[in-house]
Amino acid sequence: MKTRYTFGGDEHVYVEMDDEMSLDAFFKSLSMSNAVRDAKIEGVTEICPANASFQVRFDPDVIAPDDIMAKVKELEHKAETAEKRLTTRIIEIPVFYKDPWTHETLMRFRERHQDPNGTDLDYAAKINGYASVDDFIEAHHSQPWFVSMVGFVAGLPFLYQLVEREKQLQVPKYLSPRTDTPKLTVGYGGCFSCIYSVRGAGGYQMFGVTPMPIYDPEQKVAHLKDFMVFFKPGDIVKWKPIDRAEYDAIVAAVEDGTYVPRIAEVEFDLDEFNADMRGTNAKMLEALNDA
Amino acid sequence: MTLKIKNPGLATSIQDLGRIGYFHLGIPLGGAMDRYALRAANMLVGNDEGAACLEAVFMGPEIEFTQTATVAVTGAQLPIKVDGEYQEAWTSFVVKAGQTLSFDFLQSGARIYIAVSGGITTPEALGSRSTYPIGALGGVEGRAIQTGDELPTGGSEGPGAGRTVSEPLRRKPGTPASLRVLPGLYWHRLTDEAGAGFFEDEWKVAPEADRMGYRFKGGRPLEFVDREQPFGAGADPSNIVDGCYSYGSIQVPGGTEPIVLHRDAVSGGGYFTLGAVISADMDLIGQLQPHTSVKFEKVDMAKALDARKERKGMLARIREELV
Repeated sequence: MKTRYTFGGDEHVYVEMDDEMSLDAFFKSLSMSNAVRDAKIEGVTEICPANASFQVRFDPDVIAPDDIMAKVKELEHKAETAEKRLTTRIIEIPVFYKDPWTHETLMRFRERHQDPNGTDLDYAAKINGYASVDDFIEAHHSQPWFVSMVGFVAGLPFLYQLVEREKQLQVPKYLSPRTDTPKLTVGYGGCFSCIYSVRGAGGYQMFGVTPMPIYDPEQKVAHLKDFMVFFKPGDIVKWKPIDRAEYDAIVAAVEDGTYVPRIAEVEFDLDEFNADMRGTNAKMLEALNDA
Repeated sequence: MTLKIKNPGLATSIQDLGRIGYFHLGIPLGGAMDRYALRAANMLVGNDEGAACLEAVFMGPEIEFTQTATVAVTGAQLPIKVDGEYQEAWTSFVVKAGQTLSFDFLQSGARIYIAVSGGITTPEALGSRSTYPIGALGGVEGRAIQTGDELPTGGSEGPGAGRTVSEPLRRKPGTPASLRVLPGLYWHRLTDEAGAGFFEDEWKVAPEADRMGYRFKGGRPLEFVDREQPFGAGADPSNIVDGCYSYGSIQVPGGTEPIVLHRDAVSGGGYFTLGAVISADMDLIGQLQPHTSVKFEKVDMAKALDARKERKGMLARIREELV
C-alpha cells in the first residue's frame, strides 16, 4: 500500500491509500479521514471517505492549498498507528431476490447487457463459477458486508464482502448504463454490492430489492426520523433472503410505522478478522440474532 | 407576497449558494451553476448575496407578481419584459402588483438568475433552498417549478429601479470559451501524448449538459498508460476503485468524451479523473450552450488561486458600485 496525495482543482485534497480495494485500504482511509475531522482544521468544509481513498474539500481563501496538504499528510502516521478497531452496528437488510420489479427492468434493458439471453443473476452465477443461481444467492447473503462508502447519489451505500479475496464475487457493470433502476434495488458491480436509494439511472447488475427504506427526505419513515440517510461508512450489513409474503408484510409495516430494523452493536477488529474471518463473522451474526 | 408561475419555462428551479456538508452522504452542494451571476442579482435588489433566486435555463418563465417588488436578471442574454415592456439586464427594475415578468428568446449564454427583493422563501432542506430533484430536496417539494406554483418571497419592495452592474463586471465566457484546468487526481493514468492532446484539441459542449455535469465531444480519444487493472477497479482502463469526485473534476469514461461534474454532481464513482476545472471558472460552464466551442487551458495552482482572487475582486467591485 502506498499513499498518494493530489489536488482536485483548487478546493480539494484527494488521498488514495491504495489503487486496489482491500479492507486494509478501507480502514486506513476511514481512520485517516476521521483524524482529519478530529483535527478540526479551519477552512475544511467537507470530508468524504471512500472505499480506498478519501477527499477533503477546503476553502482556499481560509487555508492555503499547500498548508492543508501538509496538515493532511501529517495525520497519516496517526492513521497508521491507530487501532484498527471499530465500534459499529450490524444491520439485517431483508432482500427479495429474483423479484418481479428488477426482473421487469432488466428485461427492458437486455440489449445493454453482456448476456441478453439470461437474467443478471444467471450471468453473475455463471461467471463466478456457481452451479446454480440459488448457490450464488447464498454466497451473496451468507457472510456479512462492510459499508465502505456512502454516495454516488443521496444515501446509496457501497458494500464490500467480509470474505477472503478469492471468495469475493465479481461482476462487470452493464455494457451501457440503464436509464432506470427501481428504488431499493440491491445491485452489484466490480467487487461491490449496493442499494439504490432512489429510482434512476444505474449500471450495476440487479439481484433483488429490499422493502426497507434507506433514504427519506421527508423523514416520515420511523427509522429515518432522526436523519434522512440511514447508512454511514463502517456499518456492517447482513442480507436476509425473504419471499414475496415477507416482502409485502415489511412494506405494510413500514407504511404503518411499526417496522423496526434488526440492529446490534458490535466491535470489529481488523487483525482479529484477518486471523479468523469465519469466526469473527459468526460472532457478529450471533449478536445480530440476539438483537 | 407570492410569485405566481404562469409558465415555468424549460427547467426553472429555485437555487441559492447550496448546502455544504453532506457530500459524504451523496448529497451534493447544489445551488446556482453561475454563482457569480446569482450573487450579482441579489446585490442589485438589496438581498443577502446568498438569497434564493430562480435559475432558468435556455427559456425564461412567466411570472405574475402579487405585490410590488424590485427585480434583477443576470447571467445569459434573454430579453426581459414586464407587461411586454423591455427591461435592462444586470440592472434593477420594478415589477408592480399584478404585472407579469416574461422573456423573449435566448440570445447568448445559457442560464439567467432572477432575484426578487426579499428573496424566495420556500422551506429550507439541510440548510438550503436549492432544488436537488434526484434526492427530492429543496425547491418546491423537491422539484423544479411548475405552472400554478405560488412561490413565497420575503416581501420587501427593495431599493427600486436603476441600480446597475457596469459592463466590464458582467462576467461571461469568451469565444471559444476557455476553461482553466489544474491537472491532478488520476492524471498519471494518461499517456503524455493523450495529456497534451486534451489541451490542444478543440471540444464542443455535447447535448448531455445539465446541472450534474457537462459532456464534451470532438477531441481525440485519450490513451491510457498500460497496466494490469487493480483488484476491484473494473476491466476498462478508465476504471478505478470507486472513489470520491471533486466538483469540477473531469472524468473521461472509455477515454472518449470528457464530463465535467458540476453543482448536482454524483459524489463518487468508478471512473478516473484527469484533474479539475478551477473554482473561478465553474460559473462560466453554467453559461455554455450545447455546441459551444471550448478549449481547456492547463494552469498550475498559483494561477488557479490568482483567478480565484480576480473573480472575488470583481464581486467586491460590484459591491462598491452598488453602495
